[in-house]
Amino acid sequence: MKTIAMAAPLLLLASMAVAAPAQAKLKVFACEPEWGSLVQELAGDKVDLDVATTALQDVHVVEAKPSLIAKVRAADVVVCTGAGLEVGWLPQLIRQSGNAKVASGAGSFMAAAQVKTLEKPTALDRANGDVHPDGNPHIQMDPRRVLIVARQLDARLIEADPANADTYKQRGADFEKRWLVAMAKWKAQAAPLKGRKVVVHHISWVYLWDWLGIEQIGALEPKPAVPPTAAHLAELIGTTKSNNTLAIVHAAYQDSKPSNWLSERTGVPVVNLPFTVGGDAQSKDLFGLFDSTITKLLGAAK
Amino acid sequence: MRKSFLTLALMSAISAPALAAPQQSDHDRIARLEAQLVALQAELQAMKAAIPASVATAPAVSSNDDIDALAADSPDTAPQAAVTSSMGIAASDAGSGGSSGGGGNAFNPAISIILNGSYSHHSLSPDAYSRAGFLLAGDAGPGSNGFSLGESEVSFAANIDDKFYGQLTMAMGSDDGVDHLGVEEAYIETTTLPAGFNLRMGRFFSNIGYLNSHHAHTDSFFDRPLPYQAFLGGQYGDDGVQLRWVAPTSVFLELGGEMLRGQPYPSGGAQHGGVGTKTVFAHVGGDAGGNNEWLAGVSMLETRTAGGEDGFSGDANVYIADATWKWAPHGNFKDGGITLRGEYLLDDRDGIYIDPANPLNSALWAGQRRGGYLEGVYRLNRAWDVGYRYDRLWSDSNVPLATAFDPYRNSAELTWRNSEFSLFRLQVARDRPNATDSDNVITLQYQTALGAHGAHKF
Repeated sequence: MKTIAMAAPLLLLASMAVAAPAQAKLKVFACEPEWGSLVQELAGDKVDLDVATTALQDVHVVEAKPSLIAKVRAADVVVCTGAGLEVGWLPQLIRQSGNAKVASGAGSFMAAAQVKTLEKPTALDRANGDVHPDGNPHIQMDPRRVLIVARQLDARLIEADPANADTYKQRGADFEKRWLVAMAKWKAQAAPLKGRKVVVHHISWVYLWDWLGIEQIGALEPKPAVPPTAAHLAELIGTTKSNNTLAIVHAAYQDSKPSNWLSERTGVPVVNLPFTVGGDAQSKDLFGLFDSTITKLLGAAK
Repeated sequence: MRKSFLTLALMSAISAPALAAPQQSDHDRIARLEAQLVALQAELQAMKAAIPASVATAPAVSSNDDIDALAADSPDTAPQAAVTSSMGIAASDAGSGGSSGGGGNAFNPAISIILNGSYSHHSLSPDAYSRAGFLLAGDAGPGSNGFSLGESEVSFAANIDDKFYGQLTMAMGSDDGVDHLGVEEAYIETTTLPAGFNLRMGRFFSNIGYLNSHHAHTDSFFDRPLPYQAFLGGQYGDDGVQLRWVAPTSVFLELGGEMLRGQPYPSGGAQHGGVGTKTVFAHVGGDAGGNNEWLAGVSMLETRTAGGEDGFSGDANVYIADATWKWAPHGNFKDGGITLRGEYLLDDRDGIYIDPANPLNSALWAGQRRGGYLEGVYRLNRAWDVGYRYDRLWSDSNVPLATAFDPYRNSAELTWRNSEFSLFRLQVARDRPNATDSDNVITLQYQTALGAHGAHKF
């Protein structure tokens, strides 16, 4: 009893002592590397940035790790994908961190909420795997959507940190200019890919195909988070063989074994795409991500 | 601007020769015009080369409309409309908290259901089971023989308004064929306290130790380790308030305390006017490189008990030290890796013992008992994991239940998951509850999660 009676005021004292120093810079917590990179483009050194995950992690199943709770605790703004992608960990991080700023409102920026999503399911049934009711969340693979997110995020940064509004405005305009030039370049480079057919590991590429006009004809794991059946795989071999398939595509974080397995049986090359910033040596930022993605797809087309 | 300049140049280039030499033949005029055009085209090419960025923007401007068409309908795409956009996002954020859907169900809480069932075979009849130095209280004990529903749960959770979050978990269990429905947790929690504070009130599992605040369906083993059974009745949940604070440090540091009614084991009788139990806890955690994550803590539960389930009345303290370490390549814990966990519990009592079966039989009870467990789980891939656990208790030679024997147990488990929503588990255990008996147990369990996607604690 005495111990506890003493502990309570100590707790309060400790909290005041540690909470005292004021934070000069805006602290941004980005759930995925692509949004971390975008924050970097728009804010430069005006913000302190923590990125929760890497390109070699499966962001669907990240755990609510204590190190992440500490980072969310410190954040002024969280920049995440949303659309259910982080449903298994982000709500837990926010609740456990006790950081009201990022629970909703200005401190919570969800990229997928800024754009139209594809593949919104008409029926929600887990028999179809871990479906996302708000549509496919992997919007970062469409540069057009990235641009919309960039504009909205820039506005959010200005709102959250008006003192540096000029920097955000200037960097935002600069990014948009460079991004539009790069998009025109990518589109031109990728012209030979239009109309080609691909098989994927997980259905995470719909936005890239939508942008480049590539057709997805099959998936190794057609139901998210549910292993495929033997019958499905047998059928997939036939589909892959008979369609002059360009490539079997998987993300850097995914096991390459299933793709290699299908490649051996069909002769169609495997392409390991970065999927996000940091997914390969060339993908150092968002520009590198698409440079690498298109180069690798063109490599398969040769 | 550049466009209009070009237009002007083009117009003057076309009109000038036409005015200067009206009498010349059409053929000559066309030839001269062609030459002018070629010159102009060359000039245009040169300008393009000199200012690539701005000219390249020109075709992209028209495709901007296509891009804008991809923006979400609710938030305004204009950067100036920052306030509107944040409101649009706040609205959709309610969905990320759990509930989503349309129409009249949009405000329904997130509902998740855990269905759980098992078959166990015990070599020692559960009726003949006794644990040396420990009376079985709360959910302690070997579990039942044969088929059992185990504990199935229904959980509802949602933001209540802008300041509170609420959760209700009902547990359905079956004891010797009698069904019972219980309120496992029913609490509200603040979401907007400043400075990392968090206040919870209602009924909840105490945040002491590691396993205690975790629902049993997130455990790696079928049953709770011996020290949790012996000193916390499996899991200590009670009615009260909890204050938690997360420090603004780069290493995770959480401090907190609870005041609870003091009804279930190891408490009893809701002493001190219904504030019979108090706890304090501290947890620290962090990462070590991208592959390792750790969490450790010390906690204390202090209670005044009257007529406890094990016959104890008086002051009881439970001290807990816990440590968890997880390793996985690139931090992908669900694709393969190792989890090691250990907890050590010390139970310190000062009071009297009154035999629940025979109240005339009483004695002084002052002494300490201890317990601990170590478990390691190796995740082979997304589908399979194997685990081993050693748990044991140290009894006391002074208390009324004095014995020279310390109970211990070895357990091994094998789990197969079809998806993150369903698993089957096989567990074998060899339990030595007292000096003469041993209980060999084989258990087959299924466990599934329906409904809203849960977000679990680390």
